[in-house]
Amino acid sequence: MTAFRALRAAVLALGLLLSSGALAVSPDEVLPDPALEARARAISAGLRCLVCQNQSIDDSDADLARDLRLLVRERLVAGDSDEQVRQFLVDRYGEFVLLNPRLNDHTLVLWIAAPALLGGGLLTLFLVSRRRRTATPAPLSAEEQAALDELR
Amino acid sequence: MAGADQQVSIELGHFALILAFAIASAAAVGGYLFWRSGQRIAMVLSQAAILQFVLVLVAFLALIQAFVTSDFSLLLAVNNSHSLKPLIYKISGVWGNHEGSMVLWISILVTFGAMVAAFGRRLPNDLLTLVLATQSLLTAAFAGFTIFTSNPFLRISPAPLEGNDLNPVLQDIGLAIHPPLLYAGYVGFSICFSFAIAALISGRIDQAWARWVRPWTMLSWVFLTLGIAMGSYWAYYELGWGGWWFWDPVENASFMPWLSGTALLHSALVMEKRNALKIWTVFLSIITFSLSLLGTFMVRSGILTSVHTFASDPTRGLVILTLLALVIGGAFFLFAMRASSLRQGGLFAPVSREGALILNNLFLATAVGAVLVGTLYPLLLDALVGTSISVGAPFFNLTFGALMAPLLLVLPFGPMLAWKRADIVAAAQRLMGAAALTLFVTILISALGGVSISLAPLGLLLGFWVAFGAIAELVDRSKLGRIPLGESLRRLVGLPRTAWSTAIAHFGLGVTVLGIVATTSWQTELVTTLNPGESAELSGYTVAFDSFGKQAGPNYMADEASFTITAPGGSTRQTMADRRVYVANGMPTTEAAIETYGFSQLYLQLGEPLDDTHVVRIWYKPYVTLIWLGALLMALAGVVSLTDRRVRVGAPRRAAKLAAGVAP
Repeated sequence: MTAFRALRAAVLALGLLLSSGALAVSPDEVLPDPALEARARAISAGLRCLVCQNQSIDDSDADLARDLRLLVRERLVAGDSDEQVRQFLVDRYGEFVLLNPRLNDHTLVLWIAAPALLGGGLLTLFLVSRRRRTATPAPLSAEEQAALDELR
Repeated sequence: MAGADQQVSIELGHFALILAFAIASAAAVGGYLFWRSGQRIAMVLSQAAILQFVLVLVAFLALIQAFVTSDFSLLLAVNNSHSLKPLIYKISGVWGNHEGSMVLWISILVTFGAMVAAFGRRLPNDLLTLVLATQSLLTAAFAGFTIFTSNPFLRISPAPLEGNDLNPVLQDIGLAIHPPLLYAGYVGFSICFSFAIAALISGRIDQAWARWVRPWTMLSWVFLTLGIAMGSYWAYYELGWGGWWFWDPVENASFMPWLSGTALLHSALVMEKRNALKIWTVFLSIITFSLSLLGTFMVRSGILTSVHTFASDPTRGLVILTLLALVIGGAFFLFAMRASSLRQGGLFAPVSREGALILNNLFLATAVGAVLVGTLYPLLLDALVGTSISVGAPFFNLTFGALMAPLLLVLPFGPMLAWKRADIVAAAQRLMGAAALTLFVTILISALGGVSISLAPLGLLLGFWVAFGAIAELVDRSKLGRIPLGESLRRLVGLPRTAWSTAIAHFGLGVTVLGIVATTSWQTELVTTLNPGESAELSGYTVAFDSFGKQAGPNYMADEASFTITAPGGSTRQTMADRRVYVANGMPTTEAAIETYGFSQLYLQLGEPLDDTHVVRIWYKPYVTLIWLGALLMALAGVVSLTDRRVRVGAPRRAAKLAAGVAP
């Protein structure tokens, strides 16, 4: 009956994803200072709602997300910089909370992957085109030569 | 004795699937062993492909019949259906679960196989045999996987009187159509894969090969484009906060084959016209289908939710992972062994149509790599090091955006460049009009609209540039303004369909970019509390909260709010937004009110009650519909290209006939 259980889990997971559709920031959370509120929104969009699937705390209506939103605003009102707020949350919840991973030993490969691929691709193209320029076109095969003769 | 008949049909379906598995296995072995034996083996393989199609269709229809007639002796129907479901959701319930979706997957696979058999009579015998043998191998692998690890035909006795599933959230027209479209795209790329394998084994790879592969790539690409666009719009209206792309691993799983398929379309073009980029095109054909398989695996194995869910029920995941490793690994082994034997084709200068298309491929392939790394990295890091990190939207927006910007910038030059060796200055001159118009419009809009995000003008610039560049190509080719108008229009109508297709697709891409930029930069949002009788204003639209009531739906209780929206022009519209709680499972959902004004939309959502008032969230999403309209244009472009005389399936045959008639 493992199939059975997996199936139920899948339906539940889908249901969870769908039901979390209701929305984030409530009017009672909004800070009176628009500049501070804007910063809070920007920070929230980059923080993961830890109990949801791939949602930021700005998008989620989970209770935890609300708590985190309030926490972010609390820290901002207390005078923290954006980076200090993020660090505060990382200290509590680990790097997992950041949707945009910071560059460190663990994420080095992640961050250099795309530039490395692009660079490698460009280099290959350059080398191939240099080799190409010196190469001569391959001679016709016997088959092709016969076809050519026939056309003449 | 209707019950007895149904039971017969379920077992008939079960038997048909097993027989299809056996025939596919035999066809694969026979095809690979005797592919040199000419027409006879090709005929056998064609008949086997059509037989597989008929048998799998019987199996699929047997499942559909069991669901439609609510035959609860079928375990799958018990778990995923209910006699009270509307007919369409009974049918879509067949593929709304793991086992059934595998049968759908195989059905599409054999449909494509049968299409090759039906339209491919004039393919060289060895190529046809090898293509169909590879298709049969895939059918055997996935039918075997389905029968042995996820059999949809399991029975239960005694049969319950009623099914378990009436989950209303899943009863949505989007969920009914989305998977078949997506699968048709995924699985269609199997044809490109099979052609690549056939080319590697037989060593037969030339322009005719590319001409054969391109229509299949185009067809799959059109399905995938529509599938992804639909999924995106479905998320937008259903999930309730107006997001349309989340860089969710499931979305990435469908986006990677799309990117790679787009690259394949362009590289196959170079191969067809100039007989160059052969090795790369074969490589892309393999990669694209491998990414489709990877997507299927990621979604089906549950590895996405967490590595740990995967590990708790690993049998099925491990089997499909092994299958994946065998198919992809085998293909790349073959590629490594044989690729060097493929002869290089036509030469060209770096500045040429070929060069531009290679640049396109470089950026698209890198984008695929970036998305792949971003999607799998957290899984691998967790599995190997045990550290959890998140790779979310901000990361993908940055890396993907950085790769797409230069691609969009050089895109309009591509169609303006000649094959072999092109004059970049002449191409630039022909784009002067488009460039001037782009600059003018971007500056105008930035000045009028106010710039809230510093990157917005750059985004607008790229979007307009791509769209106007596409139009410039048509203008240029029809010599509009340089010759009499009537003559020009005649030229425009007489342009090959592929030229139209290129222009429409690139224009559509520009439109999508503009929609994304406009919505992201100028969206406005208001979160407020309202009571009936009060109103709020956002971006010139006045939203009056008329009344609030509780309604009982067929299977849910709803808080229903009705609003009157007054547009800036003074016109008014009535609309409703709901919060529903479904009786069956207590699941709350929101039904947003979405009103379309031109290309823009006003998106209203009723939040949870707060004290004695109601939380209402209002978004104004300028030009948001352009995102999906652009995607529709791209799909349309694919259809236009498929109707081109030169691309149409079967055209090479007529071309060959013609050549044969003329040559002597």
